[in-house]
Amino acid sequence: MIPPAYAPDEARGLWVFLEQEGGQLEGVALELLGKGRELARARGILLTGLLLGHGVEAGARQAIAHGADHVVVAEDPLLAAYTTDAYTNVSARIILERKPETLLLGATPNGRDLAGRLAVRLRTGLTADCTGLAWEEGTGLLLGEVTGFGGGVMASIKCARHRPQMATVRPGIFPLPPSDPDHAGRIESVAVSLEAGEIRTQILERVRHAGVDITRASVIVAGGRGVKGDFGPVTELARLLGGEVGASRVACDLGWIGRDHQIGQTGFVTRPKVALVCGISGATQFSVGVKDAGLIVAINSDPEAPIFEEADVCVVDDLFPVLEALIAELKRRRP
Amino acid sequence: MKPLGIIVCVKVVPKPEEVSVNPETRTLDRAKARSELNPPDMNAIEMALALRERYGGSVSLLSMGPPFAAPYLQVGLAMGADHAYLLSDRLFGGADTLPTSFALARGIQKIGEWDLVLCGEESSDGATGQVPAGIAEWLDCSQATYAMDLALLPDGRLRAEREIRGGHEVIAVSLPAVVSVKLGVNEPRFMDMELRRTAPAVTVWNASDLGVDPASLGFEGSPTVVGAVWQAKSPERRREFLDGTLQEKARLLAERIRALVSF
Repeated sequence: MIPPAYAPDEARGLWVFLEQEGGQLEGVALELLGKGRELARARGILLTGLLLGHGVEAGARQAIAHGADHVVVAEDPLLAAYTTDAYTNVSARIILERKPETLLLGATPNGRDLAGRLAVRLRTGLTADCTGLAWEEGTGLLLGEVTGFGGGVMASIKCARHRPQMATVRPGIFPLPPSDPDHAGRIESVAVSLEAGEIRTQILERVRHAGVDITRASVIVAGGRGVKGDFGPVTELARLLGGEVGASRVACDLGWIGRDHQIGQTGFVTRPKVALVCGISGATQFSVGVKDAGLIVAINSDPEAPIFEEADVCVVDDLFPVLEALIAELKRRRP
Repeated sequence: MKPLGIIVCVKVVPKPEEVSVNPETRTLDRAKARSELNPPDMNAIEMALALRERYGGSVSLLSMGPPFAAPYLQVGLAMGADHAYLLSDRLFGGADTLPTSFALARGIQKIGEWDLVLCGEESSDGATGQVPAGIAEWLDCSQATYAMDLALLPDGRLRAEREIRGGHEVIAVSLPAVVSVKLGVNEPRFMDMELRRTAPAVTVWNASDLGVDPASLGFEGSPTVVGAVWQAKSPERRREFLDGTLQEKARLLAERIRALVSF
Protein backbone atom coordinates (compact mmCIF):
# COMPACT_ATOMS: atom_id res chain seq x y z
CA MET A 1 0.00 0.00 0.00
CA ILE A 2 1.14 3.53 -0.74
CA PRO A 3 0.93 5.20 2.70
CA PRO A 4 -1.97 7.67 3.00
CA ALA A 5 -1.31 11.34 3.77
CA TYR A 6 -3.62 11.13 6.78
CA ALA A 7 -5.70 8.44 8.41
CA PRO A 8 -9.46 7.96 7.97
CA ASP A 9 -10.13 8.54 11.66
CA GLU A 10 -8.54 12.02 11.52
CA ALA A 11 -10.64 13.05 8.52
CA ARG A 12 -13.72 15.26 8.80
CA GLY A 13 -16.32 16.71 6.50
CA LEU A 14 -17.36 16.84 2.88
CA TRP A 15 -15.56 19.40 0.73
CA VAL A 16 -16.36 20.71 -2.72
CA PHE A 17 -13.74 22.43 -4.86
CA LEU A 18 -15.40 25.60 -6.17
CA GLU A 19 -14.10 26.27 -9.66
CA GLN A 20 -14.61 29.90 -10.57
CA GLU A 21 -14.15 32.13 -13.55
CA GLY A 22 -13.79 35.85 -12.93
CA GLY A 23 -15.15 35.38 -9.40
CA GLN A 24 -18.34 33.62 -10.55
CA LEU A 25 -18.71 29.96 -9.62
CA GLU A 26 -18.87 27.45 -12.46
CA GLY A 27 -22.23 25.70 -12.83
CA VAL A 28 -20.72 22.33 -11.93
CA ALA A 29 -19.52 23.74 -8.60
CA LEU A 30 -23.11 24.71 -7.74
CA GLU A 31 -24.36 21.30 -8.86
CA LEU A 32 -21.81 19.64 -6.57
CA LEU A 33 -22.93 21.85 -3.67
CA GLY A 34 -26.50 20.68 -4.29
CA LYS A 35 -25.49 17.02 -4.24
CA GLY A 36 -23.04 17.68 -1.42
CA ARG A 37 -25.81 19.24 0.69
CA GLU A 38 -27.84 16.05 0.33
CA LEU A 39 -24.85 13.80 1.12
CA ALA A 40 -23.75 15.91 4.11
CA ARG A 41 -27.24 15.97 5.57
CA ALA A 42 -27.54 12.19 5.27
CA ARG A 43 -24.57 11.74 7.59
CA GLY A 44 -24.90 14.88 9.67
CA ILE A 45 -21.56 16.31 8.56
CA LEU A 46 -20.49 19.76 7.41
CA LEU A 47 -20.37 20.84 3.77
CA THR A 48 -17.36 23.02 3.05
CA GLY A 49 -16.50 24.82 -0.18
CA LEU A 50 -12.86 25.37 -1.13
CA LEU A 51 -12.54 28.55 -3.16
CA LEU A 52 -9.27 29.73 -4.69
CA GLY A 53 -8.96 32.93 -6.68
CA HIS A 54 -8.59 36.67 -6.43
CA GLY A 55 -11.58 38.87 -5.63
CA VAL A 56 -13.94 35.95 -5.13
CA GLU A 57 -16.06 37.09 -2.21
CA ALA A 58 -19.23 37.11 -4.29
CA GLY A 59 -18.49 33.49 -5.22
CA ALA A 60 -18.19 32.56 -1.55
CA ARG A 61 -21.59 34.11 -0.82
CA GLN A 62 -23.01 32.30 -3.86
CA ALA A 63 -21.70 29.01 -2.42
CA ILE A 64 -23.40 29.61 0.93
CA ALA A 65 -26.67 30.43 -0.83
CA HIS A 66 -26.35 27.13 -2.70
CA GLY A 67 -25.93 25.04 0.42
CA ALA A 68 -22.39 25.34 1.81
CA ASP A 69 -22.08 25.57 5.62
CA HIS A 70 -18.59 26.93 5.38
CA VAL A 71 -16.37 28.31 2.63
CA VAL A 72 -12.59 28.31 2.91
CA VAL A 73 -11.32 31.15 0.72
CA ALA A 74 -7.71 31.46 -0.43
CA GLU A 75 -7.12 34.71 -2.27
CA ASP A 76 -3.98 35.83 -4.03
CA PRO A 77 -3.28 37.64 -7.30
CA LEU A 78 -1.36 34.52 -8.38
CA LEU A 79 -4.60 32.53 -8.05
CA ALA A 80 -6.65 34.86 -10.28
CA ALA A 81 -6.54 32.41 -13.19
CA TYR A 82 -6.02 28.67 -12.92
CA THR A 83 -2.54 27.24 -13.20
CA THR A 84 -1.69 23.68 -12.19
CA ASP A 85 1.12 24.53 -9.78
CA ALA A 86 -0.56 27.42 -7.98
CA TYR A 87 -3.85 25.61 -7.49
CA THR A 88 -2.29 22.26 -6.57
CA ASN A 89 0.14 23.76 -4.08
CA VAL A 90 -2.40 25.94 -2.31
CA SER A 91 -5.15 23.27 -2.29
CA ALA A 92 -2.78 20.59 -1.03
CA ARG A 93 -1.51 22.78 1.82
CA ILE A 94 -5.04 23.56 2.97
CA ILE A 95 -6.23 19.96 2.63
CA LEU A 96 -3.26 18.51 4.52
CA GLU A 97 -3.97 20.95 7.35
CA ARG A 98 -7.78 20.58 7.48
CA LYS A 99 -7.98 16.87 6.54
CA PRO A 100 -11.35 16.60 4.80
CA GLU A 101 -12.84 13.14 4.53
CA THR A 102 -14.19 13.66 1.01
CA LEU A 103 -13.33 16.08 -1.80
CA LEU A 104 -15.52 16.54 -4.87
CA LEU A 105 -14.41 18.42 -7.99
CA GLY A 106 -16.05 19.23 -11.32
CA ALA A 107 -14.71 17.23 -14.25
CA THR A 108 -14.05 20.29 -16.40
CA PRO A 109 -10.70 20.49 -18.21
CA ASN A 110 -9.17 22.46 -15.33
CA GLY A 111 -10.99 20.44 -12.67
CA ARG A 112 -9.49 17.25 -14.09
CA ASP A 113 -6.08 18.91 -14.50
CA LEU A 114 -6.15 19.70 -10.78
CA ALA A 115 -7.80 16.49 -9.55
CA GLY A 116 -5.29 14.15 -11.22
CA ARG A 117 -2.36 16.12 -9.87
CA LEU A 118 -3.77 16.62 -6.39
CA ALA A 119 -4.70 12.96 -5.94
CA VAL A 120 -1.07 11.94 -6.45
CA ARG A 121 0.23 14.80 -4.29
CA LEU A 122 -2.10 13.59 -1.49
CA ARG A 123 -1.38 9.90 -2.27
CA THR A 124 -5.04 9.11 -2.38
CA GLY A 125 -7.67 7.51 -4.60
CA LEU A 126 -9.64 9.38 -7.22
CA THR A 127 -12.84 8.19 -8.85
CA ALA A 128 -13.16 10.11 -12.07
CA ASP A 129 -16.26 11.19 -13.97
CA CYS A 130 -18.86 9.86 -11.55
CA THR A 131 -22.42 9.64 -12.79
CA GLY A 132 -23.69 9.07 -9.26
CA LEU A 133 -22.49 9.51 -5.66
CA ALA A 134 -23.77 7.80 -2.51
CA TRP A 135 -22.61 6.66 0.92
CA GLU A 136 -22.05 2.93 1.30
CA GLU A 137 -24.43 1.29 3.72
CA GLY A 138 -22.63 0.43 6.96
CA THR A 139 -19.17 1.82 6.20
CA GLY A 140 -20.17 5.35 5.20
CA LEU A 141 -17.59 5.24 2.43
CA LEU A 142 -18.21 7.29 -0.70
CA LEU A 143 -19.41 5.14 -3.59
CA GLY A 144 -18.72 6.69 -6.97
CA GLU A 145 -20.73 5.28 -9.84
CA VAL A 146 -18.74 5.38 -13.07
CA THR A 147 -19.16 4.26 -16.65
CA GLY A 148 -16.46 2.58 -18.66
CA PHE A 149 -15.93 1.08 -22.08
CA GLY A 150 -17.66 3.88 -23.92
CA GLY A 151 -20.60 3.87 -21.52
CA GLY A 152 -21.56 0.21 -21.85
CA VAL A 153 -20.37 -0.92 -18.42
CA MET A 154 -21.02 0.64 -15.03
CA ALA A 155 -19.18 0.12 -11.77
CA SER A 156 -19.13 1.49 -8.26
CA ILE A 157 -15.75 2.48 -6.86
CA LYS A 158 -14.68 3.25 -3.32
CA CYS A 159 -11.55 4.32 -1.51
CA ALA A 160 -11.27 2.48 1.79
CA ARG A 161 -8.14 3.63 3.59
CA HIS A 162 -6.91 6.83 1.96
CA ARG A 163 -8.22 10.34 2.56
CA PRO A 164 -9.61 12.48 1.18
CA GLN A 165 -11.72 10.16 -0.94
CA MET A 166 -11.69 12.17 -4.15
CA ALA A 167 -14.22 12.14 -6.95
CA THR A 168 -14.88 14.22 -10.05
CA VAL A 169 -18.29 14.73 -11.62
CA ARG A 170 -19.00 16.13 -15.06
CA PRO A 171 -21.17 19.19 -15.57
CA GLY A 172 -24.85 18.40 -16.01
CA ILE A 173 -24.92 15.18 -13.98
CA PHE A 174 -26.59 16.68 -10.91
CA PRO A 175 -29.32 19.31 -11.04
CA LEU A 176 -28.62 22.91 -10.17
CA PRO A 177 -29.79 23.49 -6.57
CA PRO A 178 -32.06 26.43 -5.84
CA SER A 179 -30.40 29.52 -4.40
CA ASP A 180 -31.45 30.44 -0.86
CA PRO A 181 -30.15 33.88 0.10
CA ASP A 182 -31.16 33.24 3.73
CA HIS A 183 -29.06 30.12 4.11
CA ALA A 184 -26.43 30.82 6.76
CA GLY A 185 -22.80 29.86 6.48
CA ARG A 186 -19.34 30.98 7.49
CA ILE A 187 -16.79 32.47 5.11
CA GLU A 188 -13.24 31.95 6.31
CA SER A 189 -10.25 33.56 4.64
CA VAL A 190 -7.01 31.66 4.96
CA ALA A 191 -3.50 32.99 4.50
CA VAL A 192 -1.86 31.97 1.23
CA SER A 193 1.84 31.28 1.06
CA LEU A 194 2.55 31.13 -2.63
CA GLU A 195 5.66 32.33 -4.46
CA ALA A 196 5.66 33.23 -8.15
CA GLY A 197 8.64 30.88 -8.51
CA GLU A 198 6.47 27.87 -7.68
CA ILE A 199 4.43 28.37 -10.86
CA ARG A 200 5.84 26.76 -14.00
CA THR A 201 2.97 27.87 -16.24
CA GLN A 202 2.53 31.29 -17.80
CA ILE A 203 -0.82 32.10 -19.37
CA LEU A 204 -0.21 33.92 -22.64
CA GLU A 205 -3.76 34.19 -23.89
CA ARG A 206 -7.23 33.15 -22.80
CA VAL A 207 -10.37 33.03 -24.90
CA ARG A 208 -13.80 32.19 -23.50
CA HIS A 209 -16.66 31.83 -25.93
CA ALA A 210 -19.84 33.41 -24.71
CA GLY A 211 -23.05 31.68 -24.09
CA VAL A 212 -23.40 28.07 -25.14
CA ASP A 213 -24.08 25.68 -22.29
CA ILE A 214 -25.84 22.62 -23.63
CA THR A 215 -25.87 20.97 -20.20
CA ARG A 216 -28.69 23.31 -19.12
CA ALA A 217 -30.78 23.33 -22.28
CA SER A 218 -34.34 22.05 -21.99
CA VAL A 219 -34.45 21.35 -25.71
CA ILE A 220 -31.52 20.16 -27.81
CA VAL A 221 -31.47 19.70 -31.55
CA ALA A 222 -28.37 17.69 -32.36
CA GLY A 223 -26.78 17.07 -35.73
CA GLY A 224 -24.21 14.52 -36.82
CA ARG A 225 -22.58 13.15 -39.92
CA GLY A 226 -25.97 13.22 -41.69
CA VAL A 227 -26.14 17.03 -41.75
CA LYS A 228 -23.21 16.94 -44.19
CA GLY A 229 -21.69 20.13 -42.87
CA ASP A 230 -24.91 22.16 -42.91
CA PHE A 231 -26.09 23.01 -39.41
CA GLY A 232 -28.51 25.65 -40.78
CA PRO A 233 -31.83 23.79 -40.42
CA VAL A 234 -30.73 22.21 -37.09
CA THR A 235 -29.91 25.69 -35.77
CA GLU A 236 -33.15 27.18 -37.02
CA LEU A 237 -35.18 24.41 -35.40
CA ALA A 238 -33.30 24.84 -32.10
CA ARG A 239 -34.06 28.56 -32.19
CA LEU A 240 -37.76 27.96 -32.90
CA LEU A 241 -37.96 25.55 -29.96
CA GLY A 242 -36.01 27.86 -27.64
CA GLY A 243 -33.27 25.26 -27.38
CA GLU A 244 -29.58 24.77 -28.06
CA VAL A 245 -27.69 23.05 -30.84
CA GLY A 246 -25.92 19.80 -30.01
CA ALA A 247 -23.58 17.72 -32.14
CA SER A 248 -21.98 14.31 -32.39
CA ARG A 249 -18.24 13.91 -32.03
CA VAL A 250 -17.85 13.35 -35.77
CA ALA A 251 -19.52 16.68 -36.58
CA CYS A 252 -17.08 18.42 -34.18
CA ASP A 253 -14.06 16.46 -35.43
CA LEU A 254 -14.91 17.57 -38.96
CA GLY A 255 -14.96 21.18 -37.78
CA TRP A 256 -18.62 21.75 -38.67
CA ILE A 257 -19.37 23.11 -35.21
CA GLY A 258 -17.52 23.97 -31.98
CA ARG A 259 -16.68 21.50 -29.21
CA ASP A 260 -19.03 23.38 -26.85
CA HIS A 261 -21.84 21.62 -28.66
CA GLN A 262 -20.47 18.10 -28.42
CA ILE A 263 -22.67 15.50 -26.72
CA GLY A 264 -21.45 12.18 -25.35
CA GLN A 265 -18.66 10.37 -23.59
CA THR A 266 -15.98 12.84 -24.65
CA GLY A 267 -18.38 15.79 -24.83
CA PHE A 268 -21.15 16.92 -22.51
CA VAL A 269 -23.77 14.93 -20.67
CA THR A 270 -27.13 16.60 -21.21
CA ARG A 271 -30.57 16.08 -19.74
CA PRO A 272 -33.04 18.07 -21.84
CA LYS A 273 -36.79 17.54 -21.81
CA VAL A 274 -36.59 16.92 -25.54
CA ALA A 275 -33.63 15.86 -27.67
CA LEU A 276 -34.00 15.78 -31.45
CA VAL A 277 -31.19 13.67 -32.83
CA CYS A 278 -30.69 14.30 -36.53
CA GLY A 279 -28.41 12.27 -38.74
CA ILE A 280 -26.56 10.66 -35.82
CA SER A 281 -26.29 6.88 -35.88
CA GLY A 282 -26.21 6.66 -32.07
CA ALA A 283 -23.07 4.84 -30.97
CA THR A 284 -22.94 4.28 -27.20
CA GLN A 285 -20.36 7.01 -26.80
CA PHE A 286 -22.95 9.48 -28.13
CA SER A 287 -26.07 8.11 -26.47
CA VAL A 288 -24.65 8.27 -22.92
CA GLY A 289 -24.87 12.03 -23.43
CA VAL A 290 -28.66 12.05 -24.00
CA LYS A 291 -29.84 8.94 -22.20
CA ASP A 292 -31.58 10.98 -19.49
CA ALA A 293 -33.54 13.13 -21.94
CA GLY A 294 -37.29 13.19 -21.33
CA LEU A 295 -38.12 12.48 -24.96
CA ILE A 296 -35.73 11.39 -27.68
CA VAL A 297 -36.71 11.99 -31.29
CA ALA A 298 -34.49 10.34 -33.89
CA ILE A 299 -34.41 11.31 -37.53
CA ASN A 300 -32.18 9.16 -39.70
CA SER A 301 -32.32 7.79 -43.22
CA ASP A 302 -30.83 4.46 -42.13
CA PRO A 303 -33.55 2.24 -40.62
CA GLU A 304 -30.82 0.11 -39.00
CA ALA A 305 -29.25 3.05 -37.10
CA PRO A 306 -28.83 2.09 -33.41
CA ILE A 307 -30.30 5.46 -32.35
CA PHE A 308 -33.76 4.04 -33.16
CA GLU A 309 -33.29 1.49 -30.37
CA GLU A 310 -33.05 4.36 -27.91
CA ALA A 311 -35.62 6.81 -29.25
CA ASP A 312 -39.23 7.46 -28.32
CA VAL A 313 -40.22 8.88 -31.67
CA CYS A 314 -38.54 7.61 -34.81
CA VAL A 315 -38.56 9.05 -38.30
CA VAL A 316 -36.85 7.01 -40.99
CA ASP A 317 -36.30 9.60 -43.67
CA ASP A 318 -33.89 12.04 -45.18
CA LEU A 319 -33.35 14.61 -42.45
CA PHE A 320 -33.38 17.83 -44.52
CA PRO A 321 -36.95 17.48 -45.90
CA VAL A 322 -38.18 16.37 -42.45
CA LEU A 323 -36.56 19.37 -40.74
CA GLU A 324 -37.91 21.68 -43.42
CA ALA A 325 -41.44 20.33 -42.95
CA LEU A 326 -41.16 20.49 -39.15
CA ILE A 327 -39.87 24.07 -39.26
CA ALA A 328 -42.79 25.01 -41.56
CA GLU A 329 -45.24 23.26 -39.24
CA LEU A 330 -43.92 25.06 -36.16
CA LYS A 331 -43.98 28.43 -37.91
CA ARG A 332 -47.52 27.79 -39.15
CA ARG A 333 -48.79 27.01 -35.66
CA ARG A 334 -47.04 29.92 -34.00
CA PRO A 335 -49.51 32.06 -32.13
CA MET B 1 17.79 24.21 -30.21
CA LYS B 2 18.65 20.82 -28.79
CA PRO B 3 16.76 17.80 -30.09
CA LEU B 4 13.64 16.78 -28.17
CA GLY B 5 13.48 13.55 -26.23
CA ILE B 6 9.82 12.58 -26.44
CA ILE B 7 8.15 9.68 -24.67
CA VAL B 8 4.58 8.75 -25.59
CA CYS B 9 2.62 6.77 -23.00
CA VAL B 10 0.18 4.43 -24.68
CA LYS B 11 -2.27 1.79 -23.56
CA VAL B 12 -3.56 -1.35 -25.20
CA VAL B 13 -7.29 -1.54 -24.51
CA PRO B 14 -10.09 -3.96 -25.32
CA LYS B 15 -12.42 -2.64 -28.02
CA PRO B 16 -15.17 -1.04 -25.93
CA GLU B 17 -18.08 -2.45 -27.92
CA GLU B 18 -16.80 -6.00 -27.41
CA VAL B 19 -16.67 -5.90 -23.62
CA SER B 20 -19.68 -7.10 -21.65
CA VAL B 21 -20.60 -7.93 -18.09
CA ASN B 22 -21.07 -11.58 -17.21
CA PRO B 23 -24.45 -11.53 -15.46
CA GLU B 24 -23.59 -14.52 -13.25
CA THR B 25 -20.14 -13.61 -11.99
CA ARG B 26 -20.81 -9.86 -12.27
CA THR B 27 -17.34 -9.34 -13.61
CA LEU B 28 -16.11 -7.91 -16.87
CA ASP B 29 -15.94 -10.37 -19.70
CA ARG B 30 -13.01 -9.26 -21.82
CA ALA B 31 -12.24 -12.71 -23.20
CA LYS B 32 -14.17 -12.18 -26.40
CA ALA B 33 -12.97 -8.62 -26.91
CA ARG B 34 -10.21 -7.89 -29.37
CA SER B 35 -7.60 -5.32 -28.39
CA GLU B 36 -6.39 -2.13 -30.00
CA LEU B 37 -4.08 0.76 -29.27
CA ASN B 38 -6.20 3.26 -27.30
CA PRO B 39 -7.55 5.59 -30.05
CA PRO B 40 -6.71 8.89 -28.23
CA ASP B 41 -3.09 7.67 -27.93
CA MET B 42 -2.87 7.63 -31.72
CA ASN B 43 -3.26 11.43 -31.64
CA ALA B 44 -0.43 11.62 -29.10
CA ILE B 45 1.85 9.45 -31.26
CA GLU B 46 1.07 11.59 -34.31
CA MET B 47 1.83 14.78 -32.38
CA ALA B 48 5.12 13.32 -31.15
CA LEU B 49 6.19 12.33 -34.65
CA ALA B 50 5.26 15.78 -36.01
CA LEU B 51 7.30 17.46 -33.24
CA ARG B 52 10.28 15.22 -34.02
CA GLU B 53 10.02 16.17 -37.69
CA ARG B 54 10.00 19.84 -36.75
CA TYR B 55 12.64 19.95 -34.01
CA GLY B 56 14.60 16.71 -34.33
CA GLY B 57 15.04 14.20 -31.54
CA SER B 58 13.57 10.83 -30.76
CA VAL B 59 10.19 9.29 -29.96
CA SER B 60 9.90 6.39 -27.52
CA LEU B 61 6.69 4.55 -26.71
CA LEU B 62 6.02 3.40 -23.17
CA SER B 63 3.21 1.15 -22.08
CA MET B 64 2.19 -0.93 -19.11
CA GLY B 65 0.30 -4.13 -19.77
CA PRO B 66 0.38 -7.88 -20.30
CA PRO B 67 2.95 -9.39 -22.69
CA PHE B 68 0.33 -9.53 -25.47
CA ALA B 69 0.53 -5.71 -25.64
CA ALA B 70 3.96 -5.85 -27.35
CA PRO B 71 2.70 -6.39 -30.93
CA TYR B 72 0.42 -3.36 -30.55
CA LEU B 73 3.44 -1.22 -29.71
CA GLN B 74 4.85 -2.34 -33.03
CA VAL B 75 1.99 -0.42 -34.64
CA GLY B 76 3.51 2.74 -33.14
CA LEU B 77 6.99 1.73 -34.26
CA ALA B 78 5.66 1.20 -37.77
CA MET B 79 4.19 4.71 -37.64
CA GLY B 80 7.72 5.95 -37.02
CA ALA B 81 8.54 5.79 -33.29
CA ASP B 82 12.19 4.96 -32.54
CA HIS B 83 11.88 2.72 -29.48
CA ALA B 84 9.19 0.93 -27.50
CA TYR B 85 9.18 -0.15 -23.88
CA LEU B 86 6.63 -2.35 -22.16
CA LEU B 87 6.27 -2.58 -18.38
CA SER B 88 4.95 -6.04 -17.87
CA ASP B 89 4.63 -7.95 -14.64
CA ARG B 90 1.77 -9.51 -12.70
CA LEU B 91 2.65 -7.05 -9.93
CA PHE B 92 1.47 -4.18 -12.16
CA GLY B 93 -1.98 -5.76 -12.59
CA GLY B 94 -5.17 -4.29 -11.13
CA ALA B 95 -3.67 -0.81 -10.78
CA ASP B 96 -5.82 2.30 -10.45
CA THR B 97 -4.53 5.71 -11.52
CA LEU B 98 -2.13 6.17 -8.56
CA PRO B 99 0.13 3.12 -9.10
CA THR B 100 -0.36 3.35 -12.89
CA SER B 101 1.01 6.88 -13.03
CA PHE B 102 3.74 5.86 -10.55
CA ALA B 103 4.95 2.90 -12.62
CA LEU B 104 4.86 4.93 -15.84
CA ALA B 105 6.83 7.75 -14.16
CA ARG B 106 9.49 5.24 -13.03
CA GLY B 107 9.56 3.79 -16.54
CA ILE B 108 10.10 7.28 -17.98
CA GLN B 109 13.00 7.85 -15.56
CA LYS B 110 14.51 4.52 -16.53
CA ILE B 111 14.33 5.40 -20.24
CA GLY B 112 16.40 8.42 -19.21
CA GLU B 113 16.92 11.44 -21.44
CA TRP B 114 13.54 13.06 -22.00
CA ASP B 115 12.06 16.53 -22.32
CA LEU B 116 8.46 15.83 -23.09
CA VAL B 117 5.95 13.11 -22.23
CA LEU B 118 2.81 12.92 -24.36
CA CYS B 119 -0.33 10.96 -23.50
CA GLY B 120 -3.73 10.56 -25.09
CA GLU B 121 -6.40 12.55 -23.25
CA GLU B 122 -7.91 9.42 -21.72
CA SER B 123 -8.21 5.70 -22.28
CA SER B 124 -11.32 4.33 -23.91
CA ASP B 125 -11.75 1.68 -21.20
CA GLY B 126 -11.28 3.47 -17.88
CA ALA B 127 -11.81 6.95 -19.32
CA THR B 128 -10.50 8.74 -16.23
CA GLY B 129 -8.12 11.11 -18.02
CA GLN B 130 -6.25 11.40 -14.72
CA VAL B 131 -3.04 9.52 -15.49
CA PRO B 132 -1.18 12.31 -17.36
CA ALA B 133 -1.47 14.76 -14.45
CA GLY B 134 -0.49 11.95 -12.09
CA ILE B 135 2.67 11.20 -14.08
CA ALA B 136 3.58 14.90 -14.03
CA GLU B 137 3.24 14.97 -10.25
CA TRP B 138 5.39 11.87 -9.72
CA LEU B 139 8.02 13.44 -12.00
CA ASP B 140 7.61 16.87 -10.35
CA CYS B 141 7.41 18.65 -13.69
CA SER B 142 4.99 21.00 -15.41
CA GLN B 143 1.91 19.77 -17.22
CA ALA B 144 -0.47 20.83 -19.97
CA THR B 145 -3.65 18.78 -20.31
CA TYR B 146 -6.10 18.73 -23.25
CA ALA B 147 -3.51 20.27 -25.56
CA MET B 148 -4.52 20.97 -29.14
CA ASP B 149 -1.28 22.42 -30.46
CA LEU B 150 2.34 22.39 -29.27
CA ALA B 151 5.42 24.35 -30.31
CA LEU B 152 8.76 25.28 -28.80
CA LEU B 153 9.31 28.93 -27.89
CA PRO B 154 12.65 30.62 -28.60
CA ASP B 155 13.38 30.65 -24.83
CA GLY B 156 13.15 26.85 -24.74
CA ARG B 157 9.74 26.65 -23.08
CA LEU B 158 6.83 24.75 -24.56
CA ARG B 159 3.88 26.69 -25.95
CA ALA B 160 0.64 24.77 -25.59
CA GLU B 161 -2.81 25.67 -26.75
CA ARG B 162 -5.23 23.85 -24.48
CA GLU B 163 -8.93 23.48 -23.92
CA ILE B 164 -10.62 25.15 -20.98
CA ARG B 165 -14.31 25.11 -20.09
CA GLY B 166 -16.08 27.04 -22.83
CA GLY B 167 -12.92 28.18 -24.58
CA HIS B 168 -9.20 27.76 -24.89
CA GLU B 169 -5.99 29.24 -23.56
CA VAL B 170 -2.40 29.45 -24.68
CA ILE B 171 0.17 28.72 -22.01
CA ALA B 172 3.94 28.52 -21.84
CA VAL B 173 5.38 25.82 -19.59
CA SER B 174 8.91 24.96 -18.69
CA LEU B 175 10.38 21.68 -19.91
CA PRO B 176 10.41 18.88 -18.94
CA ALA B 177 6.64 18.63 -19.18
CA VAL B 178 3.85 16.09 -19.42
CA VAL B 179 1.15 16.84 -21.97
CA SER B 180 -2.16 15.14 -22.65
CA VAL B 181 -3.25 15.55 -26.25
CA LYS B 182 -6.86 16.41 -26.98
CA LEU B 183 -8.69 13.69 -28.85
CA GLY B 184 -9.03 14.21 -32.58
CA VAL B 185 -6.62 17.12 -32.98
CA ASN B 186 -4.74 15.47 -35.83
CA GLU B 187 -4.99 12.69 -38.35
CA PRO B 188 -2.74 9.83 -37.18
CA ARG B 189 -0.55 8.57 -40.00
CA PHE B 190 -0.74 5.04 -41.37
CA MET B 191 1.79 2.36 -40.60
CA ASP B 192 4.74 2.15 -42.94
CA MET B 193 5.33 -1.50 -43.84
CA GLU B 194 9.04 -0.86 -44.39
CA LEU B 195 9.36 0.65 -40.89
CA ARG B 196 7.41 -2.27 -39.54
CA ARG B 197 9.89 -4.70 -41.09
CA THR B 198 12.90 -2.89 -39.65
CA ALA B 199 11.38 -1.89 -36.28
CA PRO B 200 13.45 -2.74 -33.20
CA ALA B 201 12.12 -5.26 -30.71
CA VAL B 202 10.04 -4.01 -27.81
CA THR B 203 12.07 -3.75 -24.59
CA VAL B 204 10.20 -5.43 -21.73
CA TRP B 205 10.81 -4.43 -18.11
CA ASN B 206 9.34 -6.06 -15.03
CA ALA B 207 8.80 -4.60 -11.57
CA SER B 208 12.28 -5.41 -10.31
CA ASP B 209 13.81 -3.71 -13.38
CA LEU B 210 12.14 -0.52 -12.15
CA GLY B 211 13.58 -1.03 -8.68
CA VAL B 212 10.41 -0.03 -6.86
CA ASP B 213 8.62 -1.39 -3.83
CA PRO B 214 6.07 -3.94 -5.11
CA ALA B 215 3.63 -2.69 -2.47
CA SER B 216 3.26 0.57 -4.41
CA LEU B 217 2.26 -1.23 -7.58
CA GLY B 218 -0.82 -2.80 -9.07
CA PHE B 219 -3.81 -3.87 -7.03
CA GLU B 220 -1.92 -3.64 -3.75
CA GLY B 221 -0.82 -0.08 -4.44
CA SER B 222 -4.30 1.09 -5.45
CA PRO B 223 -6.30 3.17 -2.96
CA THR B 224 -9.54 2.51 -4.84
CA VAL B 225 -11.36 -0.76 -5.26
CA VAL B 226 -14.10 -1.66 -7.70
CA GLY B 227 -17.25 -2.85 -5.97
CA ALA B 228 -20.20 -3.86 -8.10
CA VAL B 229 -19.99 -4.01 -11.89
CA TRP B 230 -23.07 -4.07 -14.10
CA GLN B 231 -24.13 -3.62 -17.69
CA ALA B 232 -25.43 -0.12 -18.37
CA LYS B 233 -28.95 -0.06 -19.64
CA SER B 234 -30.85 2.88 -20.95
CA PRO B 235 -34.44 3.50 -19.91
CA GLU B 236 -36.94 1.74 -22.14
CA ARG B 237 -37.97 3.99 -25.00
CA ARG B 238 -41.28 3.95 -26.87
CA ARG B 239 -39.79 3.45 -30.32
CA GLU B 240 -42.81 4.83 -32.09
CA PHE B 241 -42.15 4.95 -35.85
CA LEU B 242 -43.99 7.74 -37.63
CA ASP B 243 -45.62 7.06 -40.99
CA GLY B 244 -47.26 9.18 -43.64
CA THR B 245 -46.32 12.12 -45.80
CA LEU B 246 -43.65 14.59 -44.73
CA GLN B 247 -46.33 17.00 -43.59
CA GLU B 248 -48.07 14.32 -41.54
CA LYS B 249 -44.79 13.30 -39.91
CA ALA B 250 -44.00 16.94 -39.18
CA ARG B 251 -47.40 17.48 -37.59
CA LEU B 252 -47.01 14.38 -35.38
CA LEU B 253 -43.50 15.44 -34.41
CA ALA B 254 -44.71 18.91 -33.46
CA GLU B 255 -47.44 17.35 -31.31
CA ARG B 256 -45.02 15.04 -29.49
CA ILE B 257 -42.65 17.90 -28.78
CA ARG B 258 -45.44 20.30 -27.78
CA ALA B 259 -46.61 17.82 -25.16
CA LEU B 260 -43.36 18.43 -23.25
CA VAL B 261 -42.23 21.96 -23.98
CA SER B 262 -43.97 25.21 -24.71
CA PHE B 263 -42.39 27.47 -27.25
